[in-house]
Amino acid sequence: MSYDVARIRKDFPILDRELRPGVPLVYLDNAATSQKPAQVLDAMRDYYEQSNANVHRGIHTLAEEATALYEGGRDKVARFINAGDVREVVFTKNSTEALNLMARTLPLGPGDEVVVTEMEHHSNLVPWQLACARTGATLKWIGLTDDGRLDLDDLDRVITERTKVVAFVHQSNLLGTVNPVDVVAAKARSVGARTVLDCSQSVPHMGVDVQALGVDAIAFTAHKMCGPTGIGVLWGRLDLLDELPPFLGGGEMIDEVTMAGSTWAQLPHKFEAGTPPIAEAVGLGAAVDYLTELGMPAIRAHEHELTVYALEALQAVDGLRIIGPTTADERGGAISFALEGIHPHDVGQLLDERGVAVRVGHHCARPACLRYGVPATTRASVHLYSTTAEIDALVSGLDHVKRFFER
Amino acid sequence: MSVPSQSTPHLDSLYQEIILDHYKHPHHRGLREPFEAEVRHLNPTCGDEITLRVHLEGSAADGWRVADVSYDSEGCSISQASASVMTDLVIGKDVESATAVYDEFLTLMQSKGQAEPDEDLLEDAVAFAGVSRYAARVKCALLSWMAWRDATTQAMGGSTA
Repeated sequence: MSYDVARIRKDFPILDRELRPGVPLVYLDNAATSQKPAQVLDAMRDYYEQSNANVHRGIHTLAEEATALYEGGRDKVARFINAGDVREVVFTKNSTEALNLMARTLPLGPGDEVVVTEMEHHSNLVPWQLACARTGATLKWIGLTDDGRLDLDDLDRVITERTKVVAFVHQSNLLGTVNPVDVVAAKARSVGARTVLDCSQSVPHMGVDVQALGVDAIAFTAHKMCGPTGIGVLWGRLDLLDELPPFLGGGEMIDEVTMAGSTWAQLPHKFEAGTPPIAEAVGLGAAVDYLTELGMPAIRAHEHELTVYALEALQAVDGLRIIGPTTADERGGAISFALEGIHPHDVGQLLDERGVAVRVGHHCARPACLRYGVPATTRASVHLYSTTAEIDALVSGLDHVKRFFER
Repeated sequence: MSVPSQSTPHLDSLYQEIILDHYKHPHHRGLREPFEAEVRHLNPTCGDEITLRVHLEGSAADGWRVADVSYDSEGCSISQASASVMTDLVIGKDVESATAVYDEFLTLMQSKGQAEPDEDLLEDAVAFAGVSRYAARVKCALLSWMAWRDATTQAMGGSTA
């Protein structure tokens, strides 16, 4: 069956919304967060209406149902990313918390080096800056080329015998670039460094197979993959997670507690202190079912087509400069651009008047903006339900923006 | 000058002609000497930046006068126009009167479109009344004012805010 985007859009109630009479929503801010299908909303409502209880405690019927639903969400996520063992899937608050967990618990000390890239989201940069400040380790980074790619000529200079961790992004939220994970991971492995991959923008759009990626840990978040906010995922290889100390302390993560000390629960519960996001795990499970039913290869193909279309249409706009790769090869559908002489804030405001929702600013990737000499960009980003008509609305909106400021 | 209609927020209430004029032809732009304090303020959500210098004349005993405000900035039309209007309003005033204008502008920006701005005090700055309805843009309009306040406090020898 072919990919029927019109039918798919019917699953997303919000896509029918008119912001004002006659002004339909054109949602192109998907790299910030995705919209949610009725299937996800229904699953969460059913959970609260039928099975709500706390998990992993109590022996009553609801507690058992809630626990089964929560752990069922974990099983679905494990299958979705092809984890070798369901205990490798840790639920966190979001990608940021998953990355902070790694930065807080991986052993580092003076003389050690942590390597990131210049295109990291602040969530995969600031935790490592903090880790280095705390442990005396040194932060280094792989630079970028003019066309928005990692400067791989830098690899041998930056990743050395002193490197203990290489933390990098799979797909850039600002540039759209898809990085060559195999090349960077192989170099990291050759010096015995651990690899942490930020998959916030890749899991929702291309799907990942953690056993094929060749990294030690990945982080992603439910709300960018048609699931709810409030839950993210850390996947880590079992032997690595086993070695690491706990991150947050509290209920749920302990084995035995006395006033003098405590021992830790088995994985993954060692890293899940306190009442977890239960309804959110149910919603994430439903989102995974939804994506699986459409098929990640079909979603990826649809978004690739949109990316090709958008790159061509945007580059035909006079005075528009793409920040990032200008072709759709090894690239996702988050497209940042600068419009000559008009600040992104003004671009976003005028597009909003026409119902077109885009993100403006530095997209939590300020170093990359500085690298390309722009204080901020306008970013349009697609998802599985986006259409070429929405790209047309964006381009026509940009003509309107230019006319407004040229008057 | 009419206050924009309360009914439907519309872009014409945001992008008033006065704002677009100041944006295209900013007043007092550029960094000048002499100055007693220089500050750099950022709007971290959108990347707007301003470097601003204040030159005061006078003394704590006799009172301070704003002799010059110069700036270099990058940002959206609202933040750029606001900086231009702000310098028009504060240069030449004594610090106390200029601070009264600052207070009135701050109140206007926090009013969510509900305030009746004092046109005698705010002059061109009443054009920003519409901005107060757009929560995401209030920070843009306030950036240069906050920088001026910070630099002026430093120039008078006080501690920074």
